[in-house]
Parts: sequence; C-alpha cells; structure tokens
Amino acid sequence: MAMQPQLLLHPRPEGLYCPPGDFFIDPVRPVDRALITHGHSDHARAGHRHVLATRQTLDIMALRYGEDFAEATQVAEYGERLAVNGVDVSFHPAGHVLGSAQIAVEHGGMRIVASGDYKRAADPTCADFEPVRCDVFITEATFGLPVFRHPKASDEVSRLLKSVSQFPERAHLVGAYALGKAQRVIRLIRDAGHHDPIYIHGALARLCDYYKREGIDLGALEPATVEGGAKSGFAGAIVVGPPSAFADRWARRFPDPVTSFASGWMRIRQRVKQRGVELPLIVSDHCDWDELTETIVETGAGEVWVTHGREEAVVRWCEINGIRARPLHLVGYEDEAEE
Amino acid sequence: MKRFAELLDRLLLTPSRNAKLKLMADHFREVPDPDRGLALAAITGNLSFASVKPALLRALVAERMDEVLFAYSYDYVGDLAETISLVWPSDEATPSNDADITLSFAVERLDNASRSDAPTVLAGLLDRLTPESRFAIIKLVTGGLRVGVSARLAKQALANYGDVDVHDIEEIWHGLEPPYEELFAWLDGKAPKPERAALALFRSVMLSTPVQDGDLAKLTPSDYAAEWKWDGIRVQAVCEGGRHRIYSRTGDEISGAFPDLLEAMNYSGALDGELLVGHPPDHTGSFSDLQQRLNRKSVSAKTMREFPAFMRCYDLLLEGDEDIRPLAFAERRRRLERFVATLDPARFDLSPLVPFSQWEELDRLRMAPPHPIIEGVMLKRLDSSYVAGRPKGPWFKWKRDPHIIDAVLMYAQRGHGKRSSFYSDYTFGVWTGSETEPELVPVGKAYFGFTDEELRQIDKFVRDNTIERFGPVRSVRAQPDHGLVLEVAFEGLNRSTRHKSGVAMRFPRISRLRWDKPPAEADRLETLTAMLDG
Repeated sequence: MAMQPQLLLHPRPEGLYCPPGDFFIDPVRPVDRALITHGHSDHARAGHRHVLATRQTLDIMALRYGEDFAEATQVAEYGERLAVNGVDVSFHPAGHVLGSAQIAVEHGGMRIVASGDYKRAADPTCADFEPVRCDVFITEATFGLPVFRHPKASDEVSRLLKSVSQFPERAHLVGAYALGKAQRVIRLIRDAGHHDPIYIHGALARLCDYYKREGIDLGALEPATVEGGAKSGFAGAIVVGPPSAFADRWARRFPDPVTSFASGWMRIRQRVKQRGVELPLIVSDHCDWDELTETIVETGAGEVWVTHGREEAVVRWCEINGIRARPLHLVGYEDEAEE
Repeated sequence: MKRFAELLDRLLLTPSRNAKLKLMADHFREVPDPDRGLALAAITGNLSFASVKPALLRALVAERMDEVLFAYSYDYVGDLAETISLVWPSDEATPSNDADITLSFAVERLDNASRSDAPTVLAGLLDRLTPESRFAIIKLVTGGLRVGVSARLAKQALANYGDVDVHDIEEIWHGLEPPYEELFAWLDGKAPKPERAALALFRSVMLSTPVQDGDLAKLTPSDYAAEWKWDGIRVQAVCEGGRHRIYSRTGDEISGAFPDLLEAMNYSGALDGELLVGHPPDHTGSFSDLQQRLNRKSVSAKTMREFPAFMRCYDLLLEGDEDIRPLAFAERRRRLERFVATLDPARFDLSPLVPFSQWEELDRLRMAPPHPIIEGVMLKRLDSSYVAGRPKGPWFKWKRDPHIIDAVLMYAQRGHGKRSSFYSDYTFGVWTGSETEPELVPVGKAYFGFTDEELRQIDKFVRDNTIERFGPVRSVRAQPDHGLVLEVAFEGLNRSTRHKSGVAMRFPRISRLRWDKPPAEADRLETLTAMLDG
C-alpha cells in the first residue's frame, strides 16, 4: 500500500513541507532546507540555509539577492534523480521562465509533482514543459477559469508591431514582468522581424544581460534614458519596462506614449480599462484554462491539489471529470499580481 | 471578422481623438468593400438585426458548459457578452477560421436568419470564430456595441480618409445606406460624389468664433446684427418633398425625440434655430427643464405636455425649394421673419434681434441678459452668406462671463494617453456644515483649463499630499489650513439629485491655481445654491 500523499507533502505556514525529507518547496519564510521551482520573488526568497534548484534559478537568485543568498546551494539538473534525506526528488522543465522546474517528490510508492508555475505554450526563452506521470499533481490556478484562453503570443506581438507602424510618432511602452516576460516579449519581437534597438527600463538590465549570457539572443537593447533630452528621440520606439514604471514620472520622457501591457490578465477588458492600458497584449507565462485541464489529464494523476489562483473552478472541473481534487491553501504567493 | 473585432477593441481603449481617427481611416484603407462599409455602419449605429436577447445567449451557453463553471466565469468577468465570447467551447471539428468568416458573411447569415433559426445561425458563427470576433458578433446582435466613437467622429475619419471636407459627408450622409459602396468609391476617387438623392437632408451648419481681445475695435457696429445666444440645442428642421426631419448640429437625426415639434413642421424649407422647451414667446424653460427632453430615444405624452419643445428660429436656409444660403444675412432675416409668421406660434418663434449702436452698450446687455438660459450675444455680419463650418469674421459669439468659485482639491485621478503618468482629473469641493467644523462636499470635476506647467505642479502636489489611494484615484489632504485651492469657472448650475451637494456644474474648468489662498477661505455651498435660485 502506497504512502498517503498528505504524509509526503502538506502545507505549513512556511510553505509546502515534506516531513520524511525534512525540506520545503518554495517556502515563504527562511527555512533550513528549500527546494525552489523558479526565480520569481514570491517563490524564491532569500535567507534559507540550504537551497536546491536548477543552475539558472540559483544564478537568478544570486543576481537578485547577492551571492550569499544562502549558506549552501546545490544544482539540480533537469531529469536527474537526487535523494534528500532518503526521499527521491527530481526537477523537470516547467516552461514558465528560464530555469523553471516542476519538482517530483517520490517516497514509499507515492509520487507527487509540485509544478510551481508552468505553461504549455512555446517559449523561445526557456525549456518546454515536460509532463511527468504522477499520483498527485499540484497545479497552480492563476488563470484557472474557462474565460482565460490565451491567444498565440506571436499574434499579440504582431498587433504591437502593427500599432508601431500606424503610430510612428508615438513611443510604445510595453509593461512586462522583469524576469521572464520581458525577455520573452523582446525575443518574440525579434522573431517577428523587428530589429531596431529596444529600449529597456533599468530594472530589466541585469536579467536581460543574464538571458543573453545564457545564449538567448535579444538583439540590440539600449537603456531608456534621455540622452540629448529630446522626447522625440523615442518616437516609433518600443520601450519595455516593469508595468509599475509606466504610471510613474519615469514615463514622462516619452512622446505621447501608447501604453501596453503583456499579461494574461489583459484578456479581461475591465482589467485593461482599470489599468488605463491602450494596447493590451495577452501574453502569459502561465497556462490558460485549456492547457491546465489538458495537463491534469496528461499527468495521469488520480488526485489534484490546486493552489494560488482560481482554485474553486479547477476543483469543480476535476469533480466533473472524475478526478479527486482539493484546494491547497498556501499563503504568500501572488496570484493576483502582475505575473 | 478579425480586423473588425480588432478595430472595435482598439477604438474602445484608445482615448485620443486623433488616434481614433487614424485607426478608422486605416481600416477604411486596408479593408475591402463591403466589409469596411459594414464596419462603418456598426460604428455609426446603422447596423441592426432582429435582436437576440441575453436570455437566449445564456440558454445557448448552458447547452455547452457546466453551469457552475459558467457562474464562476460570469461573476469574474462581469459582462455577459464578454464572458460568453471567452468561455464558448471551440468546436474541434471546425477550427476557428476568422479569415473565411468576413463581417459581411456574418451579417448576411444573421440578416437572413428567421426568428426560429437565429440561435442556430448565431451558434454556428460562434463555433468558428476567435474570442475577439465572438465578442464583436455578440455585441452586434444584442445591440450593445459601444466603442466611444460618435457618428460625427466616424464622418471626420471618412473625410480624412478621402481628403474631403466633413461637411460634404454630412450633407449626403442621410441619403446613403450600408455598406456605403458609392461613398467609398467617391472617397477613393473612382466615382463622382453621390448625389443628394434623398430629400430632407442635412445642411452643414454655420458656426461662430468667440470674440477675443481687440476683435471688436476693428469692427464697425453698424455692419452687424446682434441677437441673444440661447443655450438650448442647436437644431435644423427640414421639410422637403413631404419628408420631415430634425437634425442636431452635427447632422444626427433626432426627429424621434421631438414628435411634438415634428408634427408642427408643415412648411416647405429648412430652418436653423435653437430647440428649447416652454410656451413661446413668453415662457422659456430653464436648462433643467430642457434636460427632461435630452438624450431620449422616445418621450412620454406626460413629459411632452409638461415640457413642450419649440424652436426659436435663427435663420432660413431653404425656402420652398430655393436654396437661399448664398443670400446676405439681412435678406435671409427678412425672409425668415415672413416665414416664421406663417408657422404654429406654439412651436416656432423668432429669435429677436438686440438693437444696439455701440459695443459698450452691447457689452452691458450681454452681462445682464433678460433670461437665465441666455449665455451671451451673437454678432452676425449683415452682408454675410450662410456657409458651412466656422469661418472667422462673419459670426461671433460673445458670451456672458463665466461664473467663478474657489474650491478645494479633494481627489485626483490619473489621466490617459499623454497624461497617463499625471494626476490630471480633479474632483473639487466647497465647504458646508458649521463654521467651526466645516466639511468639504464635492461639487464637480474638471480636467482642463490649466497649462502643462500647472499640470506638473498640481501633479507634484497630489503625489506629495496623498492620504489614500483607490486604484487610479488618490485622495489628497484637504483641510482648512492645508490644501490646494482651485479657482473654477463654469457656465451654469443645475439642481442635481445624483450629487450629494445637490448641484451640478456645466462645463467646469480650472481657471487659476490659488496657491496663495488658504483652503478655509474657499467658497461655501451656500454660494452655489444662491446661484441656483437666482
């Protein structure tokens, strides 16, 4: 008889805990031993004693928190089986951002996959998601409602480029999360044949440099600073920055800007209007509804735990489809954030 | 279909007028007939179908998905059309193919559908479209298409596209039908301008320019006639070949809202004048009275009895079938006087001339008009013909000075477009309550009247004095000894049950920043309510 899943992993205030292995996955408070799925700051926090993650996730944490963000670190290769206090763990590509991983935890005949954040759509800046067969699948539900249907990201970027050609006298300000989304959007713009320099906000510089060092060609990037002081210098330019910057005084250097925002939330018009976005780009690093439900089926899991986001709808879908499911109440993750 | 859906979404989210014009003109350039004409019809509200009720849409979606999942979805999105456009399950067997389903194909299918097979036809279209296109179709069939574009703006986009004068488009507009192929052929330079085929069409109106400093010194009083400038709605009432129509000054037909006036239009000609309510010539209703008749598609018998519409005539453009616009104002006025004398006096009267010999004399009259609904005087050159647009010289408007109060800035909201990084929309209030413990009550909102430099100063004040944030809105410190006093100019005041203060300003704008003035010395609500009674 296999081990009961909740004895292998269960929520504690610090995060998802594995008692036999004595480790946490993506803990929100400092712990002795942490396994980290990816580098976004709500999942990867500073202050743990020992951190196990992919090389890129460790690099990103070092960029964000300094080289001494943990006492000891250990690299997990994708697909490699490691033992942590007698519990088998392995990291598998999650397709979310560079270095992102699902973590499979196996012990006593029970395998649970904690998928962290993931997506199924192709992304030229990170490895594709690999489905892992398991008994229990822990899924995020950021876009876990049937209304979230992400269009092809390349079509969204085409709309951006069309607007740039329609309004050559204006600057296009694209809001994008600094890790992952910004680099993906820039790469998509390059793939669509736009090779002019792209201007980036200072908050993006280190991560863009890191992506480039990892072999992801982002083309010519220049700082979005005012040189020579002329506003018209940015006419016709694409500027990428964190979304919060565009409501700030920082944005005043641009001529009559078109504000754009690359996010799965841009699917909902009311959200678009609330943010004052003129050109929404529905580009998400999370699964949409169809991808979530297809992935659940693909893992073959008999039980699904649903976390951060619209748990109730995913649980309902599982019930209709004869899969045991329950919400997993983890605190501290930004399901309503800017991705 | 995809192009159309994209256009709608961009128009909806684009705040700038010029950008909207550009988006529409580009659409007319890039999309072939008949789709571009149908898009135009949709935007101008000239495309309608046997309407589909929300209940039918809900029934269609209930056949296709779990009701609990639908309820979660609708609750999250808030808009039925949008929710359905997103949750509609794509048919695996017929993948979405917006390229094949053109707007004209969809319109034709829906047009030809009978009441009983309309649901099947609609579902068949939704099965094959992307969410954006589904949204556009659902909004079309439910009659809820709102993209923030007036018919006037769409006509301006056509004018820009074809490089013609917008008045030329206004004048033929009501004789044209979707998909407007002959209109586009003309704008493309491939065919002559469509004839004014239909009768009782709109004639583009003549507008005035404001009197500015020094203007009058150069003009001779005896060259001009003066008349009151009535603050109703400028209309054109046309009877031609048995057709009767009332147009707004932008050429939108508004006959349906004024059946009482329409019924009295038993002449042959075209009159230019002001629509007002009351019993002419002795009783002219207030602006609040007039509001009872505005922005209504239909009107009840009771409202028509209480607030009867009439037209105070300014000018005669067409007499019988003679176009008299080229004649001098003095001659048109003579004919107008004769013409109005033959009409129902309960529905038509003459806008009286204001005799004067010196500008100073007229200035005094303008400052103290005999009726609250007069907003100043008009000057019309006696020898001027009636021309479309706003030429400088023949007609001037000389308004009564605006009302001014000092108010305190209470809330600021972030602007759009060029102003998206500035707090540029201001809600201001005046004091109420006891003298010892006064409270501010909001009385209006303004987002212009200041210079770019002043905008930067107010923005800094807002950011430095924020006490709370609600989304894009900040509430700022506004206390008797700390806050920003705004001098607000406005044209008039109405009673309002919607506002806590009980008053609503017309056309408020910031006229000065009073950094020097302590908020405690700003005006009290009593000052405003006194203006209401006066």
